[in-house]
Amino acid sequence: MSVIALPDRAARPEPRTRGRRVPVVSIGIIAVFVLIALLAPLLSPGDPYEQSLRLRFRPPVWEERGSWAHPLGTDRLGRDMLTRIIWGSRVSLAVGALAVLLAGAVGATVGLVAGYYGGRVDAALMRITDATLSFPVILLALILAVTVGPSFSNVVIAIAVILWARYARVIRGQVLTLMTLDFIAQARIAGAGAWRIITRHLLPNTLNTLVVLVTLQVGYVIIVEASLSFLGAGIPPPTPAWGSMIAEGRDVVTSAWWVSFLPGLAILLVVLAFNLLGDWLRDTLDPKLRQL
Amino acid sequence: MPAVIDVRDLRTHIVTRWGTIKAVDGVSFALGEGETLGLVGESGSGKSMTCLSIVRLVPRPAARIVGGEVLLDGDDLLTKTDDEMQRIRGRKVAMILQDPMSSLNPVFSIGMQMREPLTMYHGLRGRAVVARAAELLASVSIPAPAARLRAFPHQLSGGMRQRVVGAMAIAGPPRLLMADEPTTSLDLTIQAQYLGLLKELQQRHRFAMIFVTHNLGIVARTCDRVAVMYAGRIVEIGPVRRIFTQPAHPYTRALLESIPRFGARRERLAAIAGQPPDLATLAAGCAFAPRCPAAFDRCVEAPPETEVVPGHATRCWLHVPA
Repeated sequence: MSVIALPDRAARPEPRTRGRRVPVVSIGIIAVFVLIALLAPLLSPGDPYEQSLRLRFRPPVWEERGSWAHPLGTDRLGRDMLTRIIWGSRVSLAVGALAVLLAGAVGATVGLVAGYYGGRVDAALMRITDATLSFPVILLALILAVTVGPSFSNVVIAIAVILWARYARVIRGQVLTLMTLDFIAQARIAGAGAWRIITRHLLPNTLNTLVVLVTLQVGYVIIVEASLSFLGAGIPPPTPAWGSMIAEGRDVVTSAWWVSFLPGLAILLVVLAFNLLGDWLRDTLDPKLRQL
Repeated sequence: MPAVIDVRDLRTHIVTRWGTIKAVDGVSFALGEGETLGLVGESGSGKSMTCLSIVRLVPRPAARIVGGEVLLDGDDLLTKTDDEMQRIRGRKVAMILQDPMSSLNPVFSIGMQMREPLTMYHGLRGRAVVARAAELLASVSIPAPAARLRAFPHQLSGGMRQRVVGAMAIAGPPRLLMADEPTTSLDLTIQAQYLGLLKELQQRHRFAMIFVTHNLGIVARTCDRVAVMYAGRIVEIGPVRRIFTQPAHPYTRALLESIPRFGARRERLAAIAGQPPDLATLAAGCAFAPRCPAAFDRCVEAPPETEVVPGHATRCWLHVPA
C-alpha cells in the first residue's frame, strides 16, 4: 500500500486557460463578411448600379409594400439595397485591410528604427509621430482625400497616413524595453549588424503587439472610411460603399429608414466583431497592451 | 608567449551633464593563449566598460573610446572600420553576459538562435548547421542536444541557458572570451559546474579569457592573474597566488579582508570605510586616498605604476621608492 496518497488526476484543478474563450461569434461574423466580399458577384441578386426610378424607396420585404424582388428594399435611385450592401463590403474590408497593413508596415518600421537607433533619430521620428497624432483624424484624412481627389487608393493612403503614428509609438516603446535585454547586447557582441538585429531580434518580438494592434484597428479604419465616404471624400459614387450609402439616406431617415440603417448595421456588426476579436487577441497574446 | 590580447593605455570617457567621467582611465594588460585574467572591483569601477571598449560597443554617443590600443594578435582593433569590427565580434572576440534569463531571444528555439552565428561565421547551411549546433550543445554538456535544439528558452533552466550562451560564444571559436559575471545569477552548485565548463572549453580552444567578477572566490579558482580596478584604473595586477598572499595595494588588502574565512577567529568583517568615489568629481591624486588607512601627503598626486616584483605591479606611493 502506498504511504503517500497522490492526488487523483481528475481531482486536480483544471489548468487555467489563458484569457477568455475564443470569440466564435466574432470570428463567424468576420468570416461571413469576408466570404460575402470575396463572392460578391456570385451572391448578389442583381447589379449594384442598376437603377429603376419607378421602384424608388421600396421598403424591405417584412414591411408593408415590401417584396422579395428587393429583400432589403431599394434606395433613392431604386437600386437594390442587398446588392449594394454586399458590394459595399468589398470596399469596407479592402480599405480596412489595406490601410491597416500599410499603416502597420510604415509605423512598425518607424518604431523599430527609432527605438533601435535612439538619440537624435528617435527624437526626430517621434516628433513627427506626435505631430501626426495631434491632428484631428477626420480633418487630416479629409484634407488629404480632397487635395489628391477621392479614389480608392487615395482613401487607403489617407487613412494609412494618419494611422501609422499609433503603431510607431507602441512599437518604439516596446523596442526600448527590448533593447535593455541582454539578448540584444549578446547579438551585437556576436557581430550582428543593425539590419539583422532589427529583423531577426526586434521585429519577431513585437509581432504579437502588431497583430493585436492591426486587428483592433481594422474596425476603426472601417469607421474612418465610412466617415470619409459619408462626408463625400471617400470612395466616389456610384461605387457602393457603406459610408456613402448612409449619407445618401440621410435626408429620408424618417420616411425610408432602411436606406441609412442597413449599411449602418453592417458597419456596426463588422466593427464590433473586429473589436471583440482584437480584445481577445490582446488578452491572449499581449496583456500588457490593456490600455489600448 | 605572444599576447593574444594586449590592451595598452585604454581610455574611455563618458560625457554626462555633470561632467566627463573617465570610466576607463589608462588600463593596460596583456593575456596569452589559454590564460585567464580576473578583473575585479566594485560596481562602477570600469570592469564592464573595459570589456565593452575592447569590442568597441560602449554605449554611444555618451561614451567614447578616447585613446589607447587594443591589440588582438598584434592587430589594433581601435583602428578598424565598423564593418571590420563587426566581423571580428563573435568570430574572434566573444562575450558572455550576466543574465541568462534575458540573453536568449524568447521567440526563437535554441536551434534557430544557434543557426545565426554558424551561418554568419562559417556559412554553414541546412543539415550541417543542425549537426554543428548539436555538437556545440554537446560540448557544453547539455544532455540530449538534438532534442534541445527544438526547445525554447523558457523551457530551459538558468544554468542550461547560460550553457547555450556559452555554446554560441565558442562557435567562432574565439581568440578571446570575456565573461561578465556569468555565474552571478546561477545557484552555487551550478556556478561551480559552469566555471568548470568554461575552464574545460578554454583548455580545448586555447582562448584567452577575461573574467569580470566581484567574487574573489571565483577569481582564486579560475584565474591565472588578477587585475584589481578602482575608479577606472587598474590599481594592482599580478599572479593570483601572489595577490592573495601578498597584496601590495591597500585597496586590494581591504578587499581581501572583507571576505569571510572559514575557521578564522570570530570577529567583525572589515568593511572598507567610505563610499566608492564619484567619478565625475575625481581629484587628481590617488582615487582611493580618501578611504585609504595608509594615505599620506604624497597621495594627492597620481601614483605611477610600480613593479613590486616582476609580473606584479601596483599604483601606490607606498611602493614607490622615495
